[in-house]
This record gives sequence, C-alpha cells and structure tokens, in this order.
Amino acid sequence: MSNFNAAYALLLREAKIFFRERERIAAILVSPLLFLFVMGKGLGGGHSPVPGYSYQQFIFPGIIAMVLLFTSITYGLYIIWDKRLDFLKEVLAAPIPRSTLFIGKTLGGMLGALVETALLLLIGAFFILPTGPLQALLALAAAVPVSFMITGVGLTIGAKMKSMEGFGLVMSFLTWPMFFFSGALFDLGTAAPYIRTVSLFDPVTYAVDLMRIIMLGQGHFPAWVDLGAIALFCLAAAALGVAAFGRLQQEK
Amino acid sequence: MSAIITHDLVKRYEEVTAVDGVSLEIKEGEVFGLLGPNGAGKTTTISMLSTLVRPTSGTALVAGHDINREPLEVRRSIGIVFQEPSVDDLLTARENLYLHSMLYGMPRREIPGKIDRMLALVNLSDRGDSLVKTYSGGMRRRLEIARGLIHSPKILFLDEPTLGLDPASRKAVWEHIRALKEAHNTTIILTTHYMEEADSLADRIGIINRGKIIELDTPDALKKKVGQDLVFLRGSIDEAAVRALPFVKAVERANAHYEISIIDSGANLQALLNAAGRIEEVEVRRVTLDDVFLKFAGREISDDAEEHAEGIFQRIATQKAVRK
Repeated sequence: MSNFNAAYALLLREAKIFFRERERIAAILVSPLLFLFVMGKGLGGGHSPVPGYSYQQFIFPGIIAMVLLFTSITYGLYIIWDKRLDFLKEVLAAPIPRSTLFIGKTLGGMLGALVETALLLLIGAFFILPTGPLQALLALAAAVPVSFMITGVGLTIGAKMKSMEGFGLVMSFLTWPMFFFSGALFDLGTAAPYIRTVSLFDPVTYAVDLMRIIMLGQGHFPAWVDLGAIALFCLAAAALGVAAFGRLQQEK
Repeated sequence: MSAIITHDLVKRYEEVTAVDGVSLEIKEGEVFGLLGPNGAGKTTTISMLSTLVRPTSGTALVAGHDINREPLEVRRSIGIVFQEPSVDDLLTARENLYLHSMLYGMPRREIPGKIDRMLALVNLSDRGDSLVKTYSGGMRRRLEIARGLIHSPKILFLDEPTLGLDPASRKAVWEHIRALKEAHNTTIILTTHYMEEADSLADRIGIINRGKIIELDTPDALKKKVGQDLVFLRGSIDEAAVRALPFVKAVERANAHYEISIIDSGANLQALLNAAGRIEEVEVRRVTLDDVFLKFAGREISDDAEEHAEGIFQRIATQKAVRK
C-alpha cells in the first residue's frame, strides 16, 4: 500500500510539472508535425505501399510511434537533470524500494507520452486520416506498453549517464537510428535486407507496425508478433531499469 | 539507549580514503556536532549513516537498524537535510511536503494537517502555495528542515544546514534547531565547519579530519583541554603578584596593557582581579572552538590546506592528475 502511494505521488509530481509547462507540450509536437505536413505532403507524389492511402496517411502511424519514442526517451534521459538538481537525492533517500521509484518515474513518462499521442491523434483525425473513436482508443491502448518500454530504456540510460553532455550522443546514436530503422517512413517489405535485419532488433519497429495494423488495417508482421516483441522489450527494459536504479548512489 | 552506534566505518573512493575507521556512539535526544574542514569526511559519514552510500567496510546501527542489512528501516527512522538544496523547484512548498509524506508512507488523511503545522513551524504558512523557485535561500532551507521533520523521524541529519545563508537566516535556522531539541526528543546530527554553530547548538562535538575522529567531547570540555582564556588588563598591574597565581599560564606586556593567559576564567577571574592591583580596563576573551579546532586539527590542515579546500572530489581529481 505504501509502495502504491509512493508510486502515485511520484506520478503526481511528474503530472504537475508536465501540465505546468504547456510550451513544452506543444514544442514536442513540432518535429512530428514537420514530418507529417512537410515531408508527408512534400513527398505527396511518392507512392504509398498500402493501397487506398496517401503517403502522408501511410506514415501517420509511424509518426505516432515517433512521438512516443521521442517523448519517452527524452523524459527518461531527463533524470540526469534530477540528479544534477539534487532533487533525486531526496527520492533516493526515501524508504521505498528502487523498483517503486522506477515504476513511479516510468508512469510519469508514460503519462506525458500518452498525452502527446492523444493530441497527435486528434490533429490527425481532423487533417490526415479520419479515425474512428474505437481506432483512436486502440491506438492509445497500444501506446501504453510502447511508452512503458521506451521510457524504461530512457531511464536506464539516464541512470547510467554522468552528465547532460551525453544527451546529444544518445539522441544521435540511439533515438534517431531507432526511428529511421523502424520503417516509420517506408515499407519494410521492400526495404534493403540490411535495413530489415537491423529493424528486427529495433523495438520501435513493432510499435510502428502495431499502429499501422490498427489504423490502416495492414502491417508487416502479424499483430501477435508485434505484441509479443513489445512485451519482451517491456520485460527487458523493466529488468535493466530496476537494476540500474538499484545501483544509483548519491554521487557526492 | 543509543540512537547511533558506528563500528569502524570506512569509505574509500579509489585512492582517497574519505572516512577512515569512525567509531561513535550518539545518545538518544542528543545534538551531536560533526566539525571539520571541507573534505574531512563529514558528508560521507552522514551519507553512510543515512544509507545513501555503502560503506567499504564497517557498519552502524541507526535507530537500532543495521545500515547494511536494513536500509529501508533505517530510512524510515531518519530525516535528512542535505548540504545542497534538494527541494523541487518546479513544485510548491506544499507539494514538496506532500510528495515527501507519501514517499515516507504517512497515512494520507494525516498529511494535509501535518503540512499546515510544519509550514507554521518554519514560518512559511503564507508562502505554502508558491513555487519553490520563487523562494530565497533561507526560505528553501527552512522548507527543507520542515520536510526532514514532517514524518516525525527519531533522528535528524543536518548536513551544513546554514551553508551559504546570510547571518539573519542562519540565526533563524539555529532557533528552529533549538526549538526542535526542546519540543521533541529528536536526536540531531549536525555537520558544520562553523565553530560558533557547533558551539551554540551541540551537546557534544566530534572533530573530524582526514576521515578520522580526532577529538570528541562536550564543547566546554574541549575548550578546557585547550585550556586558556585570555584576559586583557590595563592599569598599574602588579606583574609579580599575577605571575604567582597558580592558574596563570603566561603574562605578556603589550604597549599599555597586559595579556594574561589563565585557566578557566569563569572560576578564576575574581582572584586574578584581586591580585592584579589597580585596574582601569578589563577584557576577557574566552577560549573558542576555533582555538580548539586549530589546536587539534590545525597543523594537519595547514599542511595540505590546498588539498582540502575543494573537498573530497577535488582530492580525487588532484590525485588522478598527479598519477598521470
């Protein structure tokens, strides 16, 4: 019970901070919207691998996965700020198991990612792809495990990182490759073999695919493969994250 | 019963031994001052006792719980005010206290009332709903003390509680600490490098230098060990009579006045004045903890003052640089 309260309180803290910084909520959506409305429309003549949909509509599920990826991983890495500002010390000194701390932090990241996803779904429903309420709900439901998995990855890396300088490195060497190899912008079925091979190890691949199945009715893998892979990545992220949090010590 | 017992606590960081075999016993309800220069091992000691850092060897019982084997139980019994500010800037004072109360497993019904009482205790009632980033340094410190206390810990650790505060805020924090000691039977462990702070607050003081406790006693007893108060006298002084007194250690003549070193001016001042002759002016400077500190830790500190000035991490960096 006390662990539940602690996780709830940590989530509440993240929620308050998230909703207090409205500019950030909007700022996070800028690059996905550029992809959708500039690249998606700019390549308007480009072909869509799914018949009956434009290229812009084809990449929309991928861009939803992109928002989940970037919001969740950035949030996870932000734990370095907490370390820097010494706020984390207060939490590290609290009488709660590190797994509770990890869960509370992860729930906070998921909340942010889900709000951004909902906003994007809303924008998309009006301007890009007519989406029924059931589809939107399914997409949000799929976003829950996806955001858990990616927030877990971000928190694990954040817990290990020493300074904010590593932030750019993680974005260049992890986040962007995860996005590009996931097939968010193209069809994996016709992609070069090395792309397909790498994409198998990219958790975002399965997120993109699941979103596509929900919103376009057609994906590269069957839904159960996507769900299974996401479940495995969730377990791995949770195990690594709890271990990394367990080793977090006060640094000075 | 003892609030804290430590057995040969050691913490080594690569090549630097930050804490080198500290064995202490702190009584329940006691205010214990840990006094030492920067880098002496004060914060590391507190970090080990509050289970934030694992000792390299040795152990301690805090509120009856072993720091290595029962860290969560230890954490539940203690409150900490860290050296660096650690309140959450992006939340209000009330939200900070709420988060803390929930993390420490307080019953939810009791939390709002407790928050009101703690805010009143540290005179922040009217600013409870402001974001902490609008607070001054002194207000943050008071909020942190309120936070350290809200879950009614048996033991409170205060790591340099007045570092960087202006004199008025410092006095206010001292008042709060004294009030605490009187109102509850909270055991308080306080680190500081301000002598007057340790002197005015602590029941007992441990002087720590290079990771070792080099002296441990009440402030008065420590001063007695150094022994000498200075009495300045002006007038026609009978120097021979003064020298003959058993408690007089030294007499020096400087311009128009005499500087007389005596043991325990409290007990012996009257006898000195009776023997001294016709006196026009008297000034007494009691021995201070500064004198104590310089006597016990002084030479070692001045030997490597540079090394100590920046604290333990600088020492590690320096040693690494030397190695390369």
